[in-house]
Parts: sequence; C-alpha cells; structure tokens
Amino acid sequence: MIKLTVNGETHSLEVDPEMPLLWVLRDRLGLTGTKYGCGMALCGSCTVHVHGTAIRSCITPVSSVEGKSITTIENVGSPVATAVQEAWEKHNVVQCGYCQSGQIMNAIALLKNNPAPTDDDINEAFKDILCRCHTYARIRTAIHTAAAALAVKGGAA
Amino acid sequence: MRREPISNSRRHFLIAGIYAGAGLTLGIYLPGCGKEEKTAPEAEAEAEAEVGVTDEKAVDETLFEPNAFVRIAPDNTVTVIIKHLEMGQGTYTGLATLVAEELDAAWEQVIAEGAPANTELYKNLLWGSQGTGGSTAIANSFTQMRKAGATARYMLIEAAAQQWQVTADEITVDRGVLRHEVGQRQASFGELAELAAQQPVPGEVFLKEPEEFKLIGSFVPRKDNKSKINGTAIYTQDIRLPNMLVAVVAHPPRFGAKVESFDAGKARRVPGVRQIVQIPNGVAVLAEDTWTAIKGRDALQIEWDESEAFRLSSGAIMDDYKKRARQPGTVAHKAGDSDKAITSAVTTLEAEYEFPFLAHAAMEPLNCVVQRTREGCEIWNGVQSQTRDQKAVAKLFDLDPEQVRIHMLFAGGSFGRRGNPHSDYVLEAASIVKAINGMAPVKLVWTREDDMRAGYYRPMYYHKMSAGLDERGMPVAWQHRIVGQSILGKDDLDPTSVEGAANMPYAVPNITVDLITTKLPVPVQWWRSIGSTHTAFAVETFIDRLARTAGEDPLAYRRALLKEHPRHLGVLDLAAEKAGWGTSLPQGRGRGIAVHETFNSYVAQVAEVTLNEDRSFTVDRVVIAVDCGLAVNPDVIRAQMEGGMGFGLSPALMSEITLKDGVVEQSNYHDFRMISIDQMPQVEVHIVNSNAAPTGVGEPATPVIAPAVANALSALTGQNFDRLPLQILT
Repeated sequence: MIKLTVNGETHSLEVDPEMPLLWVLRDRLGLTGTKYGCGMALCGSCTVHVHGTAIRSCITPVSSVEGKSITTIENVGSPVATAVQEAWEKHNVVQCGYCQSGQIMNAIALLKNNPAPTDDDINEAFKDILCRCHTYARIRTAIHTAAAALAVKGGAA
Repeated sequence: MRREPISNSRRHFLIAGIYAGAGLTLGIYLPGCGKEEKTAPEAEAEAEAEVGVTDEKAVDETLFEPNAFVRIAPDNTVTVIIKHLEMGQGTYTGLATLVAEELDAAWEQVIAEGAPANTELYKNLLWGSQGTGGSTAIANSFTQMRKAGATARYMLIEAAAQQWQVTADEITVDRGVLRHEVGQRQASFGELAELAAQQPVPGEVFLKEPEEFKLIGSFVPRKDNKSKINGTAIYTQDIRLPNMLVAVVAHPPRFGAKVESFDAGKARRVPGVRQIVQIPNGVAVLAEDTWTAIKGRDALQIEWDESEAFRLSSGAIMDDYKKRARQPGTVAHKAGDSDKAITSAVTTLEAEYEFPFLAHAAMEPLNCVVQRTREGCEIWNGVQSQTRDQKAVAKLFDLDPEQVRIHMLFAGGSFGRRGNPHSDYVLEAASIVKAINGMAPVKLVWTREDDMRAGYYRPMYYHKMSAGLDERGMPVAWQHRIVGQSILGKDDLDPTSVEGAANMPYAVPNITVDLITTKLPVPVQWWRSIGSTHTAFAVETFIDRLARTAGEDPLAYRRALLKEHPRHLGVLDLAAEKAGWGTSLPQGRGRGIAVHETFNSYVAQVAEVTLNEDRSFTVDRVVIAVDCGLAVNPDVIRAQMEGGMGFGLSPALMSEITLKDGVVEQSNYHDFRMISIDQMPQVEVHIVNSNAAPTGVGEPATPVIAPAVANALSALTGQNFDRLPLQILT
C-alpha cells in the first residue's frame, strides 16, 4: 500500500512500487493532463511538481515520492501558474498541445525560482523539454510575458 | 434571395457520436422544414435503432441545426462541427472562423467540436473521402463553411423578422446579436434558436465581400487554447472506457519477420496481465494499465522467423540507389532536349544528394481505442483518414463501413503519420479486439520505441542533377533524376516522389526530370510536405550553386529565372527585403535564401547562420514570407510558419533514421534527435496581402529551411552540401 499526496488529496494505492509516477497519475488516478512521451526523461511531457520542483514523472518510481506533495497540471492554482497560463493563451502558444502540460509545469517552476529569467536561463531550464510542433519561439515569448505580468503585480502589491 | 425546399442530401440524417469529454452525446439533425420531416418521436426511434446507445441528449427541438456544421443552442453557444483533425495546425480555429464570420457570431460564443466519421457529410471536397492532409483543410472548406454560417444567419434573421413582425432587410446582426434599430428590438442567437429551427433552409445565400470581414484576417484566440493549457484536452492516450484493457505489442525486430513461436509464461506471471494474443504483426499483451502491459510485453519470449526479413543497411541501400541512377527513369517532366543542350553548354555542373529515412515522431506515440458493440464497432482516435479507416476496420470485422463509428479526438501531432495508407495502427488495435473476440474495449499503446522503430518513414532518396550554363551563366539545360520508394505504392510514376522537382519554377528551356521507383519492405509514408521534403533541398541548393558558379547574387539569379512566377517572386522579394538581403553582416555570419511552393502556398525564407571557429554553426535568425492567398487566421499562419520551419530545421541539423542489417538504429529522442529551445532561431513571419483563394499553411514552411541554411553555409564555406542532416567538412 502506497500513500500518495496528489493535488492536496491523499490516496492509498495498491500498486507496484516500481510503477513510474506517470502511470499512477494517468491510469490509477485518472489525471491524464500529464503526458507520456518517451518514458526516459528525454522529452519532458510528463513534468509534474514534487514540493514545487519540476520532475520527470516517467522515470520516478511511485515509491520514491511517497509522503511528498505532488502537483499536476490539473491543480496549478498559484498566481505564477495563472500568469503562465494567461501568457500561453495570449500568445496562442499551443499547437497539438500534447507537450504543453509539461512546458507549463516547467515554466511555473522556473518562474517561482527565477522571476526574471534571461533567454539563457530559459534555454537552460527548457533544453530537455521537446516540442515536436516546434512552438519554441512562442514558449520563450510567453515566459517573458508571464514574468513581466508578475513583476507588475508584485510591484503594485 | 430565393427560397428552395431543402435538397434530398440534407434530409433526415443523423449526426451521431459527437464526443464530449468522457461521455457520449448524440445530436440529431432535424431539418427546419420539408414534407418528409420526421416527427420528433420518429427521429428518436430512428436514432436508437441506428446508433443503439443511450442517447443522453436525445432530440432537442430547442436546438437550431441548419446544416451538418452548425448547432445553436438556447444557451447562446454556437457549436461548429469541424470535419478535419486538429493535430496542431489550427483547423478547429480556422474552420470555426469561417462559420463565425458569415454568421456574425461573437468569437467567444463559438465552440469547436470534432465531426463523426460520415463520408457523405464530412468528406474533404478535394478528395471525395473524409480525411485531413495535404494542407487542404482551409482550401477545401473555405466556401462550404462560410455557406454553413451564412445559412444559419439567414434563418436567424427570418426568425427575428417573424417574431418582431418586421421585414428581414431591416435586421442587422453583429457579434451574436440581432437588432431592429427602428423598433428598438434585439435578441441573441440563443433566444431565437428554437424559432430559427422552424424556418425554411435557404437554397442559396450571399457571402460577404472581403472588405466586410471582421474575424477573417484578424487575431483570434485558438479554440483549443484553454483545454490544452489546463490539461483537460482529450487525446486518444487519455481515453479510458469501462473494463478497457491496455495493449502493448511486441513487433518484429526486422521488417518482414514473423512470429515463429512464443513463450508467454513469464509475461502471464506479471500481476495485472490479463491476456496474451498473437496478431498478424506480433504478440499483444493486454493488462489493466499501461505500465503492466509494457512489463508484460517485455517479458515475452518470442522466436522470430526472419527467413524473409529485410537485412540491408542504409549505406547499402544508398549504394544500390546510386547504381540504379545510372539508367534513365520514368519521365516526370520534359521540355526541349536537355541531353543535347548540356553537351553544347559553356559550363556544366553536377550534383548528388542523399536523404535518410525520417520518423514522424509526434509527441503522442501512436495509439487507438477500439470496442466491439452490438451494432458494430466504435473507435476513439486522433483520426486522420476516416473513410479509409472505416473501410479497413469494417473489412476486418465483416461489417459495413457505416457500422464503424469513429470519435475524432485531438492528435498529439501527426505530421502525416496518423493518416496511414494501410490504416496500420488502427487495424492493429482492431485485430487485438478480434483476437479476444471483442470481450473488452482495447486501447493499443505504442511506446516511444515502438513508434520510432515500426516504420512508415519518409523514404530514403537519392538525387542526381546536372545543369548546363550558357556564356552569361544562365541555365540552358537541367536534368534531375530521383531514386526512391513510392509512398503511394506505385510501380511507375508516383507524383509525390517528384513534386517540387517536376514542377520546379525556374525558366530553363531544356529540362528532364525522371524517377526511378524502388521496392523495399521498409514501410514508407507521407511526412509533412511529402515530396518537397527532399525536392526543395535539391532544387534550391542546386540553383544557388548555379548562381555562385555564374558569379551572380543568388536572389538576383532566382529573380531573373522566375519572371513567369509572380507569387514565387512576391515571397522572395518580401523575405529578402525584411531580412535586409545584401546588407553587411558581422564576420562569420552569412545568409542563405530559398523559395518553394507546396500545395499551392508559396514560402521564401532567409536564414542567417553563424559559422564558429571550430566549424560548428548556429542558425540565428530566419525571416519567412508566405503567400497562402487570403489570410484567414494570420496568427495561426505565423504559428505554422514558425513551427513548420522548426520541423524542417530538425532534419536539416540532426534527425535521421538509419538501418543496420535491417534493424532500425534509433529508438527514442536521444538518438532520433530534434532541436530544442536553445537551437530554435529567432523567427519572423511576413504574410503577403492577398485576396486569392486561401491555401494551406501546415506544411509549406517545412521544406524551405534546409536549403536556406545550406545556402548560407555554402556562402560562408564554399562547400556544396549534398546530404541531410548537413555536415560541414573539416
């Protein structure tokens, strides 16, 4: 029996402790916003947060995150997340959309640690997150837009 | 405007299987009038008889459905039924724009919804079958969708006129509201929906003039934005049906190999594995969840019969192609006498080009959900070729195609792959269901490795070219021979092998383009921009070489040879101007230009490339000009140009599939590589202002970048580039 805290809810699951978190989220908890792309931490479509840090759920055995706080795309309700999602919408970033949950989870994690990332910072944080539609130019623009929006809000507060 | 009774084709049909979230709803088409109109109970009975599932929505007389593409509800939503697959190219937004424009709907009230499989209603008007591809979505449905919107608008006005007792021409429509200024009356679409449904369907409707457009040509948010940024968008991978099993298949290690025997003992002992069945293309393991099915599959012990397996390596295939290229092929285009002209030319040039296999490698690996039902079969899929898939599955199950219902979901990319000419992965899923006698719905899931290794690649090609120049350096002869597999499975001339070469636009009086079609058991398929993926590189780098040989500027040289092609010239000039062609660049930085027409859309690109001291290089900036006729969604066009260019940059720089002794060497994204964000150049897109009939934008940017980058590198290094991915000699 594994106890898993996902999006603030605790679940007790009879599950193979080796099963990657990705498949537990998708097949056992029905949280399908987190995507399978490669199974080897090569593409980033499976990115979720563990205690706010972006991790690749496809290579993370579920037993290794027992008792930790896991957040998926379905429950990213922070001001940073809102700014990121609004920027994504404003710039029509998505195309097929399959990788975008992972891109957004990664962007939220980046902006929480680094509220004003440079292009180099973005390159470093995103170089392992692939988009086959090659929406990279808009992802970059949207991150800058989200950072600027948060700076304005932060300044006003 | 005349009123006509509705035509036969519009009478009493069903729109069944509209997919909404995890449940099923059914909408029923009830014509607004006509002698043969059914009563609601009759239609309801027919619906149950023909569809045979619980109808959650049933017949709703308050819905206004003037045709197969528009549904207006009392809650004021306008649902546009989209007949094309949304795989990222923006068709849900594009087709919804066309309807909303003529309907004068507010963009916010419009919902895009995937159409069911129904060839009669939803066929691609350029093909006659239902399917998406060839950048045809906007091109084939431009008038159809606008008429659908205009028809609904007309009937809403008639309803308002009836309700307000005024004449129709006194009523205006704007952003989803009908108004009668004099009488100070107004109503929303939703308020008039029920009454509009009772109006006669007009036989003909007037469409707007371009200067009246409000949505067409303006920025609109994509209709799939919200669901794709909050994780609620549903792809095939996300489907879960009651009692569904997940299937993962062990495919043959080499093309042409077959299962000799297998030992399922170990696999069966993996907890959660439910069934193991042999299917024509391997052995399938079915389990309650994906991870277990993968573990079970990996535990199979299979003896493969490789007596007929393909064992060649990529190098040997290319050597064979080079040998074959010594003999003439089937002529695809001929003008004048190129043999004679080349012997009398002042200067002659020759070139060879080599292109590898390429995988589509969409982020969503292939998958498909199939369920046998009492009435036939249901499929959930990011379906690209409805008519073909219906027929293939119907044949397998001995059904009529209409008994195969298909729910079209978002595709996590496709780039052509999901429109397989043999319905390969769809049939694989169906064959598993057949093997278990339809006992459970099955979701077939390919792992990334399965997706990378199971074939259906952009074929390998070899090109051989020669040209003769006159004393002024202008081409008098052009010969272009292409060797490779036929995507369409033809023995002789496959037009998709030579498109972009046989119709190359440059004015050369003596030209021969021929094709040698090869046969290999490696499955091949169309890949974003099909023939142009290789022909554009050959033609555009060769013409650049001719220009350099003649001592001419590559832009000026092209311009001199494109006098009969104003749209090529238009994008060429626009890209050159915006890129600052001819202005100086820092040391080590160079520009290359290329222009190409794909599916009647014209794209030119200028690439700025930096050559580093260690002979590595970066692509820093790309300026794109596109002429796709009338720009329906300028922002979607820009997005497709940006992404399509990037999709072509990856194989220009790093992607390739290679065979070693018949085994695919690549398996995942570490060895079938694509560019990441740090390698994406700065990109700007300029759209030619045009009122010509709109053409597609999903593919035309892809083939232009590789030659633009190669030409920039040639300008910097003097090297001629003859293969992809590009390699600088050190």
